[in-house]
Amino acid sequence: MTELPLIGEAIADAPAARGLAGARIGVITFPGTLDDRDAARAVRLAGATPVALWHADTTLGDVDAIVIPGGFSYGDYLRAGAIARFAPLMAKVIDAANSDAKLPVLGICNGFQILTESHLLPGSMIKNDHLKFMCRDQILRVENTSTDWTGDYQPGQEITIPLKNQDGQYIADEKTLDALEAEGRVVFRYVGFNPNGSRRDIAGISNAAGNVVGLMPHPEHAVEAGFGPESLDGIGGSDTEGLGFFTSVLNKIVGDTK
Amino acid sequence: MTETSTGPAAGNATETKKFNIDTVENAAKTPDTELPWAELGLKQNEFDEVVKVLGRRPTGAELAMYSVMWSEHCSYKSSKNHLRQFGEKVTEEMKKDMLVGIGENAGVTNLGDGWAVTFKIESHNSPSFVEPYQGAATGIGGIVRDIISMGARPVAVMDPLRFGAIDHPDTARVMHGAVAGIGGYGNSLGLPNIGGEMVFDSVYQGNPLVNALAVGVMRHEDIRLANASGKGNKVVLFGARTGGDGIGGASVLASESFDDTKPSKRPAVQVGDPFAEKVLIECCLELFKGSLVEGIQDLGAAGISCATSELASNGDGGMEVELTSVLLRDPTLTPGEILMSESQERMMAVVTPENIAAFEAVMDKWAVEYSWLGEVTDTGRLIITWEGEVIVDVDPRTVAHDGPVYDRPYARPEWQDAVQADSFTGSVQDAGRPSAPVELAAAITELVASPNMCDKSWITRQYDRYVGGNTALAMPDDAGVVRVDEETGLGVALATDANGRYTYLDPYHGAQLALAEAYRNVATTGAVPMAVSDCLNFGSPEDPDVMWQLAEAIRGLSDACMVLGIPVTGGNVSLYNQTGTVPIHPSPVVAVLGKFDDVARRTPSGWREDGQAVYLLGTTAAELDGSEWSNLRGHLGGLPPKVDLAAERALGEILINASRDGMVDSAHDLSEGGLAAALVESSLRYGVGARIALQDVLDRDGVDLFTALFSESQGRAIVSVPRSEEIRFKDMCTARNFPHLRIGVVDAEGGTLEINGVETMSLEALREAHEATLPKYFG
Amino acid sequence: MPRIVVDVMPKPEILDPQGKAIVGALPRLGFTAFSSVRQGKRFELMVDGEVTEEILAQARDAAETLLSNPVIEDVVNVEVVEA
Repeated sequence: MTELPLIGEAIADAPAARGLAGARIGVITFPGTLDDRDAARAVRLAGATPVALWHADTTLGDVDAIVIPGGFSYGDYLRAGAIARFAPLMAKVIDAANSDAKLPVLGICNGFQILTESHLLPGSMIKNDHLKFMCRDQILRVENTSTDWTGDYQPGQEITIPLKNQDGQYIADEKTLDALEAEGRVVFRYVGFNPNGSRRDIAGISNAAGNVVGLMPHPEHAVEAGFGPESLDGIGGSDTEGLGFFTSVLNKIVGDTK
Repeated sequence: MTETSTGPAAGNATETKKFNIDTVENAAKTPDTELPWAELGLKQNEFDEVVKVLGRRPTGAELAMYSVMWSEHCSYKSSKNHLRQFGEKVTEEMKKDMLVGIGENAGVTNLGDGWAVTFKIESHNSPSFVEPYQGAATGIGGIVRDIISMGARPVAVMDPLRFGAIDHPDTARVMHGAVAGIGGYGNSLGLPNIGGEMVFDSVYQGNPLVNALAVGVMRHEDIRLANASGKGNKVVLFGARTGGDGIGGASVLASESFDDTKPSKRPAVQVGDPFAEKVLIECCLELFKGSLVEGIQDLGAAGISCATSELASNGDGGMEVELTSVLLRDPTLTPGEILMSESQERMMAVVTPENIAAFEAVMDKWAVEYSWLGEVTDTGRLIITWEGEVIVDVDPRTVAHDGPVYDRPYARPEWQDAVQADSFTGSVQDAGRPSAPVELAAAITELVASPNMCDKSWITRQYDRYVGGNTALAMPDDAGVVRVDEETGLGVALATDANGRYTYLDPYHGAQLALAEAYRNVATTGAVPMAVSDCLNFGSPEDPDVMWQLAEAIRGLSDACMVLGIPVTGGNVSLYNQTGTVPIHPSPVVAVLGKFDDVARRTPSGWREDGQAVYLLGTTAAELDGSEWSNLRGHLGGLPPKVDLAAERALGEILINASRDGMVDSAHDLSEGGLAAALVESSLRYGVGARIALQDVLDRDGVDLFTALFSESQGRAIVSVPRSEEIRFKDMCTARNFPHLRIGVVDAEGGTLEINGVETMSLEALREAHEATLPKYFG
Repeated sequence: MPRIVVDVMPKPEILDPQGKAIVGALPRLGFTAFSSVRQGKRFELMVDGEVTEEILAQARDAAETLLSNPVIEDVVNVEVVEA
């Protein structure tokens, strides 16, 4: 098991040039975060360098993108993501996402919840309609391949990604939902089965610029042969249909610096 | 350095809350003071023993400590004499990979390459009946803390569950709560649930069994033990604050059966906070990485009483603690209550003075509260003070280790012979045994839809199986498999099994059958079995019938461990599982841990490739007593299937070699539900059918088709073999003289399971029946 | 010690799955008088000393920015309760 560097240690300055492996993708850990190691593994498998970030840091360091991973930050106390969004590092993430540089930010599950609580993305998640925690291999349709995180997919491509959460029901008012649809900002939609009652079967959305994407399912659990939905449950075309998230942003970063 | 005396300020006469502190000095002067030892769960002889040990009456605080630590749950007083066999019947072969054996928080086994694995299974039964969610949740919390305290990162959990009749309204109450609690706590810790069991039987109606297993991994140098050594080293309590949780829970609950004529007990059940435990895990791992603690102990049953007395008695023998330093959630707790509290998510550690600052830095980073309670001494005494006055002065060994040991009387029950003579075969419930093809198809469908054999997704999809990214196999496969080393693929497999029906019929062999099944499950996935943990769930040890069941089960299990060559490295005993005078079936749950050199080689339980040959390994006899079929017909009697441990070893070796060398694509062992269940399960696993013919089995073993399908003879498995591997596979079995028969072929086209002599069953219909049961009862 | 009570309820248009489960369970226990249930949250904020207008304003502010998520919840009550 390769461990991330101890959280909170100073991040060394990175080289100016960005080859594939030079691309640095930050993964934030809050107290209660669970899937940070998995997100780091996904970054590594895609060919980039994961950078461990601590919620209390006041600087992002020199990262090219950010992943806010899944888990139960602060125990989901008050509301999922409600406390994490006020972390010192999140202020920097919000600035960087809104800046001219438009830092790519991916929020997975609890990360998506933190993004909606921070208002980087509209809407909110409430309890699954059936009230239980649900872990299943979910088919998603990728509907927007222009975001920073979906460039490597084909429009309309169906992928199988593990879903596992208790509070994954995406809701927003009709006006917001209509706008999301009209602007093509619904990035992923549940196919075949809506696992939590999310409005319009929405599994994930983006901001207008396409650099901030949030989704409830966990692509970082579908990145390694032998450990994905196909091997574990015989579902889906392959174990690695989530890898595209991480290669997409990597290609975007490398492409941008050419 | 912290602070926080939360007791009443000395000399402050206006404080509204004052404790009458019963000091040691006071106790020595007032020998005739009445003490509530009976209410606290002690028996007269035990109280007398405490007085003898101390040479005076105990103080209130000392009484509290002895009462919880000498409870059945903590002291194992009724089972200790028998449990010795696990430590005695150990060969050199069994010891070679054991790094830490019985006696510590959990056993540790060497995996090679500098890696070690620790695992243990424990019960949290009574609390789960009283408050299913919190009872089950804190069961997970407790076993995970045991694993952390060994120096490991916990990596997976499992949950063997046994509840009452599926259609009884109270079962739904327990089911919903317990499953939500296990998921709620385990998922929040980031631990994948990789397997478990679900058995419904009315014997568990008032006494549901919630057992929890946790497994963790560490490098050899990270192994930590629970001892306090080094005079002058500091003792620190960290994690959650101490409140009134579970006061008397350990001693009160586990030592008293539920009496359905008295009003229900309302003990204080522990309430868990998984977020606090997740933070504690990360905190502890940083402490271990920095070598900042000399010894560490988690606080479970009997809280601070246990942690202090165990740390002290395992180490140099002495400790001094100022109890007002404990951070409290509830300022009204008396010293005795503080000592008995079972508030969750707390750990105690021993830290050298040089490491104090670094220790505090880790705590501050994770915002974990801590308080320095005292230090290690060389006096051989555990001294606890309250604002400087001594309220506890004991030899910690008398609290933690040298408690009473009972030689409970036991005798083979008078009714055992009659039960064993009452075979299913020929009984009134056996009348009208299915034989026509359509009857057999209906019987198979009934079997796979039955509560104990049906699909368990209703439960398992409430558990996260993915977190950590190292789960290579999970339910419904035969064992859970977790990768330990991402570079080499080194990993572990785990399975838990028990059969209360077999064990009721014959406790000695029933326990052996549980071990055999778990062993077989692990080998079926391709892992080499290495270690055992057991959770012995039985009725009241004061009932000689039950005590006989316990004695026989331990004897059987320890004997079997020797034959299979794998040691018990730790475990748990849960007694008094009965309502009134009716005990549960003796239910020894056995967990087996196995090792994979490379988890990529693991074998799933279902076939996928058209045309592969299906082989049946092992032989079948007419063994229906105690079977799932007999359960469906309402019969329990006769003798359980024969145990042949040499055959299990041989079968295991075949399955492991076949897996390693790619000779089989799937393997599924036979157990409850026999061949019928196994064939259906292997077909439904990936939705691929097969065409099966059993005439060769009938001819060779001299059984009829019904028997071949429903008998639960041991030492058997079915495998699917690629055509290219068939000769190699057959040769291997022949060379080992192991019975093997080709019984059919995988059929990916037909969408059916065809068994000659049985009406063809569509996979869709089988799946529908298999998957409808739990949702029907639980929504 | 005075405290400020803040009550937060899901917005009327939000489907409340927990409330729905509760109203389903009540009749099973013999409580048949209730046509619907909505589940909210109650917060108690302790104040050392007197609750001034400024402190009350802080409470309202906290209610809007942290204690509730305005996308899905309304602050329906902020009131001072004497000890």
